[in-house]
Amino acid sequence: MPKYIALIYTADVDWTEPAFAEENAKYLEFGQESAEVIRGGAALYPTSTATTVRVTGGKGGEVLLSDGPYAETKEALTGFYLLECENLDEALRHAAKIPAAWNGFVEVRPTIPALT
Amino acid sequence: MTDPKETLDELLRREGRLVLATLTRLTGDLTLAEDAVQDASISALETWPRAGIPPNPRAWLILAAKRRAVDLLRRERSRWVKEKEATMVAIQMAPDDIPPDVVRDDQLRLIFTCCHPALAQEAQVALSLRVLCGLTIAEVARALLVSEQTMAKRLTRARSKIADAGIPYRVPDAEELPDRMSAVATTVYLLFTAGYASQSSGAHERRALADEAVRLGRLLVGLMPDEAVLMGLLSTMLIHHSRRDARLDSAGDIVLLADQDRSRWDRAMAMEGVDLAAEAIRRSADRPERFAVTAAIAACHALAEDASDTDWDAIVAWYDVLAQLDPNPIVRLNRAAARAERGETLQALEDVEALRGLDDYFWFHATRAELLTRLGRADEAAVAASRAKALTESEAQQRLLQRRHLEGG
Repeated sequence: MPKYIALIYTADVDWTEPAFAEENAKYLEFGQESAEVIRGGAALYPTSTATTVRVTGGKGGEVLLSDGPYAETKEALTGFYLLECENLDEALRHAAKIPAAWNGFVEVRPTIPALT
Repeated sequence: MTDPKETLDELLRREGRLVLATLTRLTGDLTLAEDAVQDASISALETWPRAGIPPNPRAWLILAAKRRAVDLLRRERSRWVKEKEATMVAIQMAPDDIPPDVVRDDQLRLIFTCCHPALAQEAQVALSLRVLCGLTIAEVARALLVSEQTMAKRLTRARSKIADAGIPYRVPDAEELPDRMSAVATTVYLLFTAGYASQSSGAHERRALADEAVRLGRLLVGLMPDEAVLMGLLSTMLIHHSRRDARLDSAGDIVLLADQDRSRWDRAMAMEGVDLAAEAIRRSADRPERFAVTAAIAACHALAEDASDTDWDAIVAWYDVLAQLDPNPIVRLNRAAARAERGETLQALEDVEALRGLDDYFWFHATRAELLTRLGRADEAAVAASRAKALTESEAQQRLLQRRHLEGG
């Protein structure tokens, strides 16, 4: 069965703050409801913890690190799920239940089976 | 019909559409199915004129397309062997003579795939023309006023998304069906309006587009006969299409509804639309349906012997219902125009001037110009008309303004 990644975009928040306890509970609820198709996932620390890695001049070249995400956008990538579903319709049905779908947005992308 | 070659083409186009839907189910791959059906049609064109049309052309085409699909699969390297073998066996095992209810389901599945909301609207329109109507890429490109290369790319991208993202070939569940059916209706209606959007270039292809949209509308009502949204869609298209010969004068200029020679309307088509509108309204009485309401408005016009007989009260009332269902300001613009016809010119102008978001819309300024002219405010009308003129490249629309507001100016 194909696997889809559901990328969670919301405000650039710190999920570990007590203020998000209720929101996190909603994600747990989603996790239980859609347990059947969830193959993995994680909540991410805010983009202030991100480090962008680039290597110049090909493999083994100079490693360039920069603080923060590659691009600053209004909504940040703050988590993801890996879903194994029959087809896109099923994946979209589950994605629509992820709290970010109404507190931000969820981008659903198919994964390439041969490369995973 | 005297040209036997054309009859064969028509037969192949009609059957080809059905066979494509079935092959798509069997192969699970639209691109592969299209290639296989195209090759089957080519061999039919070579064989049939010599050997005669077979007694069951559809079964002949399905068999030929199945063989071709298996050949194509065998040659394809990128697939996993197991999946490939399973598909090949399934194709070979499938009967050539498909029962009508399966043909029906195959068509429905493909319609819902081509109009899937995960595809961009313009991709849905292009796919519908190519896959559901069986137009060539060149024909689709001409009809939608883009280059053949652009259209080929757009279609390839859409097919890849279907395949890679796993957009399924299936009829949506009962719970999703109403929304998905509305999405299909919207796509077909876009296709229809594209047929009327421009009068200048490619008039012939664009009229063919409207014909195709009507054909799809009939197919949808045939496949799902109890649905108000589909009846309303078909009704709306039929009534508009019934005026096709009266919409332009001999010079190719736009003739407004009020000035059209109603004896040139296709009465039979209009009345078929009126009956469908009544049925659509009856079936959606408890929950108004957008296309049922647009059909009701169109029916009010169709039922008027001449423009002065029009029941403008009914039309304004239907626009009120429509405005509740569709927040688009164009609906309120049309409502205002209907009020003006009821003699409320000044109120209509106030309604129009209160609208926001239509500043780049030709008919917004054209309607203002018309209302200002009727109120004797010629200077303001001329300004509005020139705003409208700047917004259109259609010569017919420019001449319309010229005739009504810029005489000698």
